[in-house]
Amino acid sequence: MRVLVTGLGTFWGSKLAQALEALDAAEVIIGVDTHEPRLPLERTEFVRADSSFSILNRLVRAAQVDTILHTHLIVDSTQMRGRALHETNVIGTMNLLAAAGAAGSPVRKVVVKSSTLVYGSTYQDPYFFREDMKRVRSPRSQVERSLGEVASYVRDFAEDNPHVVVTKLRFTNVLGDDIDTPFSRALRRPVVPEIFGFDPRMQFTHEDDVIRSLCYAVQEEVPGVYNVAGDGTLPWSEVCAIVRKPRFALAPVMTNLTARPLRAAGLLDLPSELLEVLRYGRGVDNSRFKRAGFKYRFTSAGTVHAFAQAMRLEHVIGNARPVYRYERDVEDFFRHSPAVVHEAEVE
Amino acid sequence: MTPTSGKFRLAQGGRSRFPSRMPDRAPEAPPTTIDLTTSPDDMATGPHDMATGPDDVATGSRDLVPLPREAEEPPDAGLRRSDVDAWGRSEHARSLARRIYDPLYRRWFRVEWDGLENIPRTGGALLIANHAGAIPADAPVIMHGIEKELGRPVYGLADNLFRALPVVGTLWARGGGVAAHPDNAYRLLHDDNQLALVFPEGTKGPGKLYRDRYRLRRFGRGGFVAIAMRAGVPVVPITVVGSEEAMPLLYKSARGAKLLNVPYVPLTANMLLLGPLGAVLPFPAKFRLRVLPPVHFDVPADQERYSRSRVMEEAEKIRENMQESLYDMLRTRRSVWFG
Repeated sequence: MRVLVTGLGTFWGSKLAQALEALDAAEVIIGVDTHEPRLPLERTEFVRADSSFSILNRLVRAAQVDTILHTHLIVDSTQMRGRALHETNVIGTMNLLAAAGAAGSPVRKVVVKSSTLVYGSTYQDPYFFREDMKRVRSPRSQVERSLGEVASYVRDFAEDNPHVVVTKLRFTNVLGDDIDTPFSRALRRPVVPEIFGFDPRMQFTHEDDVIRSLCYAVQEEVPGVYNVAGDGTLPWSEVCAIVRKPRFALAPVMTNLTARPLRAAGLLDLPSELLEVLRYGRGVDNSRFKRAGFKYRFTSAGTVHAFAQAMRLEHVIGNARPVYRYERDVEDFFRHSPAVVHEAEVE
Repeated sequence: MTPTSGKFRLAQGGRSRFPSRMPDRAPEAPPTTIDLTTSPDDMATGPHDMATGPDDVATGSRDLVPLPREAEEPPDAGLRRSDVDAWGRSEHARSLARRIYDPLYRRWFRVEWDGLENIPRTGGALLIANHAGAIPADAPVIMHGIEKELGRPVYGLADNLFRALPVVGTLWARGGGVAAHPDNAYRLLHDDNQLALVFPEGTKGPGKLYRDRYRLRRFGRGGFVAIAMRAGVPVVPITVVGSEEAMPLLYKSARGAKLLNVPYVPLTANMLLLGPLGAVLPFPAKFRLRVLPPVHFDVPADQERYSRSRVMEEAEKIRENMQESLYDMLRTRRSVWFG
């Protein structure tokens, strides 16, 4: 298997490349991004490139890539907004899929990491979204709109390329030891926001389950769209109780407007689409991916507990993880210098 | 997975115990299943306490016909701090609500049931009833009565507008209210084997004037029949007498309703007699409820679509039966206040 990972410079891209390196089936791992990898990698080849079509097309052919793992979709609108978000999500995906679907392309599998943000969050929603359900109201936030556009590109690609296995995983509110999301930031603060009078049903996915599910999709043949979320739901008040944080209430009317000064003051960083989740919650049906053979390690409540424990440890010892900086020359030396003796060769 | 005491969860068909405390006020002891010494690296390899048990994944996977999941303990029961279930219902909140409501149920409405044995003790069933009174008292009476008498939780399906209301929406959900979405109903009945209560008349029931009392409105488009068919559960009709007189609707303002974006703005006899208090206080009409025999549909479950004419035919038959039952109950009622 020759894998191309997009967004190697993001947390997920680096983390996934690490996980793929452990798989013997992945002979070649190539990572593309404009930023350097965030984590130390053994044998992943990093290509500093933007997501323009011509480069991807050349890359896919030159390296005979048969599997594309598309992690470079921005689902956290606090990371990127406006034009850059559109370029990354919509144009990036369009170019990638065009390269993957070009005549004579060796690509046989595409795995896309998306988000349950595509379902939105309104009071008219079903309590558990299945993969085939449409969102009730048209998206209002830019990130949701762009994910919707990405979804239609992926659908078209799957239709036009029946010989390619296309898997799209929609992840729900991820928490974990390392990942930084708006919800994890909110829960790390001394006082956690809520919307007055609302106590929504929340669902969480553990970081490890995200990595495992993407690796599962890379290894197995699971075409189609799948929700990925821990079993069960729990109310936001309980989430705050598990992490032992007091709550402060945002106004139930004109919430987004009143949240603006708080955001500006740096006291809140939940974007509007997540304030809706904090109001109405969102549940998704995770049974389809289970039927496809995936086994979750964490339930929603288990994810929150694991997060609380990680936070407690961090509270005592601080962030103990060594800071990694990518050095091109060093990495090139380890990968390509004849002086380096690889373990496989020793045996 | 460690078996938990199950005190938070109402066992299927078992008697309900009414725990006296809300979960939030329980002393904050760390759940026993969590090993606090677990390092994050151990966590990455999957601690079994937090993990979904392997047998859990095995159930229901790759089954062509999904097997009914009978009141099993959720896999993360030991990790939960509250007893709020996937539908937002909390047995603790319910039992508190029951304690507050019980005097009203026994002394004010003096509720009497007939044919309770028609409600199944196990398995899903769709309960339907006539809906009346400007602010209908029938929903809490039915839910309270069944939970009290049968010890089974009842989920009340209602307009999703409740979800949009702060505080009220949360209390409504904790008390067993669920937004009436076809998929919610299907999951409750088919996957969770629960009792769900729905008023097929919708807001047209409580929104009818006093002079039309006990005349059933149209049963929507028969959606409740299609849901029961799809879920493979029986429909259990319940007829209620007393709700109409508890809060008679004398006049409704169409313009006010439009302005406030609600189905109707009522002027009730209670308001005329009691002033503002009348907006919330029903008259002490005697409540009598009759449960009719369950209606089973002889159709395969889980179909994409059911014949519209068949659905309408069944819905109409049920409606006629309920109307007949209502007339029958009214024929034998001697007094509005004493039954």
